[in-house]
Amino acid sequence: MTTQALTLTRSRAPLAGRLRQAVRDVAVLTTRNFVHLAREPLRLSDVTIQPVLFTLLFVYVFGAGIAISHGSYADFAIAGLLAMNLTTSAIGTAVGISTDLGTGVIDRFRTLPMWKPSVLVGRSLADLLSAVLCTAIVIATGLIVGWRPDASLASTLAGLGIFLLFSYAVSWGCACLGILSQDAESAQGLGLIILFPLAFVSNALVPTEHMPAVLRTIADWNPVSAVTTAARQLFGNPNPSASIHAWPMQHPVIASLLWSLALLAVFAPLASALYRRRTID
Amino acid sequence: MTSDQMIETNGLTKRFGETMALAGLDLAAPRGTVLGVLGPNGAGKTTAVRILTTLARPDGGTAHVAGFDVVGQPDEVRRRIGVTGQDATLDELLTGRQNLIMIARLGGVGRHEARARAAQLLDQFELSDAADRMMKTYSGGMRRRLDLAAGVLTRPPVLFLDEPTTGLDPTSRARMWDVIRRLVADGTTLLLTTQYLDEADELADRIVVVDHGRAIAEGTPRELKAQVGGARLEVTLSEAHPEAGVALDPLVSGSIDIDHDGRHLRAPVQSTPGLATTVIRALDQARIAVDDVQVRPPSLDDVFFSLTGQGVRP
Repeated sequence: MTTQALTLTRSRAPLAGRLRQAVRDVAVLTTRNFVHLAREPLRLSDVTIQPVLFTLLFVYVFGAGIAISHGSYADFAIAGLLAMNLTTSAIGTAVGISTDLGTGVIDRFRTLPMWKPSVLVGRSLADLLSAVLCTAIVIATGLIVGWRPDASLASTLAGLGIFLLFSYAVSWGCACLGILSQDAESAQGLGLIILFPLAFVSNALVPTEHMPAVLRTIADWNPVSAVTTAARQLFGNPNPSASIHAWPMQHPVIASLLWSLALLAVFAPLASALYRRRTID
Repeated sequence: MTSDQMIETNGLTKRFGETMALAGLDLAAPRGTVLGVLGPNGAGKTTAVRILTTLARPDGGTAHVAGFDVVGQPDEVRRRIGVTGQDATLDELLTGRQNLIMIARLGGVGRHEARARAAQLLDQFELSDAADRMMKTYSGGMRRRLDLAAGVLTRPPVLFLDEPTTGLDPTSRARMWDVIRRLVADGTTLLLTTQYLDEADELADRIVVVDHGRAIAEGTPRELKAQVGGARLEVTLSEAHPEAGVALDPLVSGSIDIDHDGRHLRAPVQSTPGLATTVIRALDQARIAVDDVQVRPPSLDDVFFSLTGQGVRP
C-alpha cells in the first residue's frame, strides 16, 4: 500500500491547481446560497423590508425630535442607517451557517475533496451581495426622503465601499457565532444581543455629545461610529463628530479600515478553526 | 496489508462518552467486492462508515481506504470514495439536478461534464421527471436514489452505503437493490451496512455480522445461512402440549425453542416443498391442535440467535 500511496501523494495537484479548485468551490457554494435566497425571498427581508422601514421610522419619527446643525436629520441619518442595517443584517450569516450545520449537507461536503473554508467563504460572499442590495435600498429610500450627498461620486462610492468592507468583516464575526450556536434560533438570538448594542451605542442615529460620559466614550471608539463618521465625511453630510477629540473621530477613514481589517484578521481564521473543530467527531 | 484490500480496518475503536461504539472492529474488502456489514441498531455500523469516510476520527486502530490512511491522508481518501448516508445529505432547497451538479463540481468534475453526468444519473436512477423539482418535495425512495446518485457522480472506486433501504417500502427497496447491483457490476468496491439479512444476502459477496462494536461472525451469505439453518419454522399451537417437541423433532434441523407459554415453537429447518403440510400432518397424528404454521427465510434475529443465543437487542 505504501508505495502506491506515496506516488499518488506526490502527483497531487500543484498549488495553482489547488487555488483554482478553491476558487471553483467558493463559486459553487456562493451560487448555492443565491439559489436559497431565490427560493425563500422572505429570508431577505432584513436587507429589503427592514431598511425601508427603519429609514422611514427614523427620519420621520426620530428626525422630528432631533435637531442637527448644518443640515437636515435625513442628511445626517442615512450614513447611520446604512451602518445600522448593515451591522444588524450580518446576523443573517450566523443564521445561515448554523442552519447549514444542522443539516446533513455539511457531512456530504466533508466527504468531498473540497477546500474546507469554501463553505464559510461562499456564505460570506453571498451575504456580501445581500449587503450590496441592502445598501442600494437604504440609498434609494434615502433619496426619496430627501437625503443628498454633497461630494463627488467617487467620494460617495468610497463611503459605500467602507460600509461594505465593514459589513463583510462583521459577517465573519457572525460566522463564528453561527458555528458556536446550537441552532438557527440561538444564532439569531445571540446575534441580536451582540449586534444591536453595537449598532445603537454609536453615533449612527444620534450625536454622541449628549450621551452619559461612559456611553459616549464607548460610542466614540465603537467601530460602527468610525465607519459612520467616515461615510458622513465622504458623503459631505453633516458630521457632528468632527469636533470630538477621540482618535477614530478625527481619523475616521483610517480607523474604519483598521477596524475592518482587524476584525477580518481575527474572525476569519477563528471561524475556520471553529468550523474545523465543529465538523469533526 | 496487501494493496488489493480496498477497505481495511484493524482493531478500530471509538468511544462516545460511556458508550463503546467500536470495540476493535476488523473489516476487509478486496477490490471489486461487496462487503455487507450486518447488525442491529447501535451495533457500530454507522460509526465504522463515518470513520472510513473521514467524518469521524477513530480512538484506536487503523483504517485504510484504497491504500490510504483515513486519518493521515483524508483528502486522498476523499478523492476515491462515494458516500450515501442514512440521513439525507443533500440540499433540500435545490432541485435534484442542481444538487447533483453542485456535488459533481465540488468533487472536481468540470462544468459540462457535471451537467452531463447529472442528467445521465437522473435518468439511470429514474428521477428524470422530478429532476427540476426542489428536493424537499421528494419521497423517501427518491431521496435515497438521489443521495446514491450523488455518491457515484465522481465515479469513485470505493463506495459506502449506510443502510440504503432502511425505512423504504418494498417496491422502493427492490428498485434500490437494482440500482446498487448495476453499480457494482462494473467493479466498484462496496461496503454496505444493513439491518436486513435478505439485503446482505441479495447484494453482498461476504457478510460481517457486527454486534457491540465488534465482528462476531464472517462469511459468505451461504455460510452464514447454513449456520442459521436455512429457514425458520414457527408453529403456534391452540394450547400447550408436552408431546409437541417430540412430534416436530424429526422435521427440523436444530434445537427447538419453546416459549414459556408452551404454545409457540421455533426451530431451524431445511426448507423443502410441502414442509408446512408435513408439519401439520405430523402434529395432527399426535393429536395436537395447530393454529398457525409458518416457514420463513432466516432473519437477522435468527442469525443473532444462532450466534449469540439471544435475539437482537431492543
